[in-house]
Amino acid sequence: MRRLVLPYEEEALESIESGEGVILSGVLYVGRDQVHKRLSSIISEGGPLPFDFSGNGIYYMGPSPAPPGFPLGAAGPTTSMRMDPFSPLLISKGLRLMVGKGPRSKAVQDAIREYKGLYLQAYGGCGALYSSCIRKAETIAYPELGPEALLRLEIEDFPAFCMIDSRGRLYNG
Amino acid sequence: MDAEERIVSALIKAIRKLPDDVETLILEAAESEEGRGGALALDAIVRNIGCAARTGLPLCQDTGMFWCLASIGRGSKVSIGALEELIASACMRAAREGYYRKSVVSDPIYSRENTRTNLPPVISYECVDGDGVALSFLLKGFGSENCSSVRMLNPTAGEDGVVSAVVDMMEKAGGKPCPPVFLGVGVGGTMDRAAFLSKKAFFSSEGNHHLESRILSAVNELGIGAGGLGGNHTALAVSVLSAPTHIAGLPVALTVNCWADRKCTIRISEEEL
Repeated sequence: MRRLVLPYEEEALESIESGEGVILSGVLYVGRDQVHKRLSSIISEGGPLPFDFSGNGIYYMGPSPAPPGFPLGAAGPTTSMRMDPFSPLLISKGLRLMVGKGPRSKAVQDAIREYKGLYLQAYGGCGALYSSCIRKAETIAYPELGPEALLRLEIEDFPAFCMIDSRGRLYNG
Repeated sequence: MDAEERIVSALIKAIRKLPDDVETLILEAAESEEGRGGALALDAIVRNIGCAARTGLPLCQDTGMFWCLASIGRGSKVSIGALEELIASACMRAAREGYYRKSVVSDPIYSRENTRTNLPPVISYECVDGDGVALSFLLKGFGSENCSSVRMLNPTAGEDGVVSAVVDMMEKAGGKPCPPVFLGVGVGGTMDRAAFLSKKAFFSSEGNHHLESRILSAVNELGIGAGGLGGNHTALAVSVLSAPTHIAGLPVALTVNCWADRKCTIRISEEEL
């Protein structure tokens, strides 16, 4: 089992290999379908990004509402494939670490290889478990998107699995 | 507790705690999984079940869309209008009081505006023997529902055709529906009847056990494994329901439920209605 502290050091990302279990701690940003659409528009228009891509990762997730006393409700991964049309552009602009669930397109895999990225899978449906790994959650952009808003999380001992490593190698059972 | 309270409380419990038989199958799978990736995913799933029980948080943030089968006794005097109102009101309260994620949009193509209530529920009605009403709910998550499908087979396709249709649908689904999955299979009727039966099957134990175990083995041979990470547990249970059909057809529908096979049944007596 490997540990990855976020924001990540360059060599830390490249030392993880597909098929390895990875435990994440530190800062992780959250965005899914609508955030990806907006980040892509910002990049095409040359505007300022809502967070620094360098050293940071994005988690594909839309939480359930937080009951009193919890930073977030259930917070497991959503299907990564829906972000595939946007990911190569974001990777090319420095967003090299992605956390979601399920397979990625060939274009995403190629972009990961070219820019030495990393795609980790979080365990699907484990919303309560992932919520318990979140120490703090704040909305940093697009609150109007409700459960799809862009969040900044502080996480501890967040379990994941490397599906595509920085050399573009895919885990396939 | 009146009927509405009982429905609300069953629906809130259902997103936090799996039915005992479902939980047992998951625990058994976790103990016997041989694939390294699948074992890691099952370990996370087992820890998640414990975590939801301790915290009262939903098992999964996709608390699903309400699917309800109202089985009305032929001897019942219940008004269908009142029943529809009871179901909608209980669903709305459960979503609010149970901290469900608001996951339903009113217009599927254009505005996709969130209804903010998780209404409307998808309701089907059927007549059964006896009095009173039984309400069977699925909390249908869409990671798995997006892998559900109907095939219209050739009438001569037979049992082999049914098995290979389901296996093919699951092969295409791969790791997307959050395996290990629970499968409902509807066979016969018309296209929509087969689809309905594939959901009703989750509440039935009267299916064709020979066909169910053939499908279960064939799907597990795919080796997709828990979380799609490889292993011998891709599906944990299969339920099949069949119905009369036309001489020219053999409809086969598959509903895929993720490992969080969330469901509940509430029986309401004639006096409570």
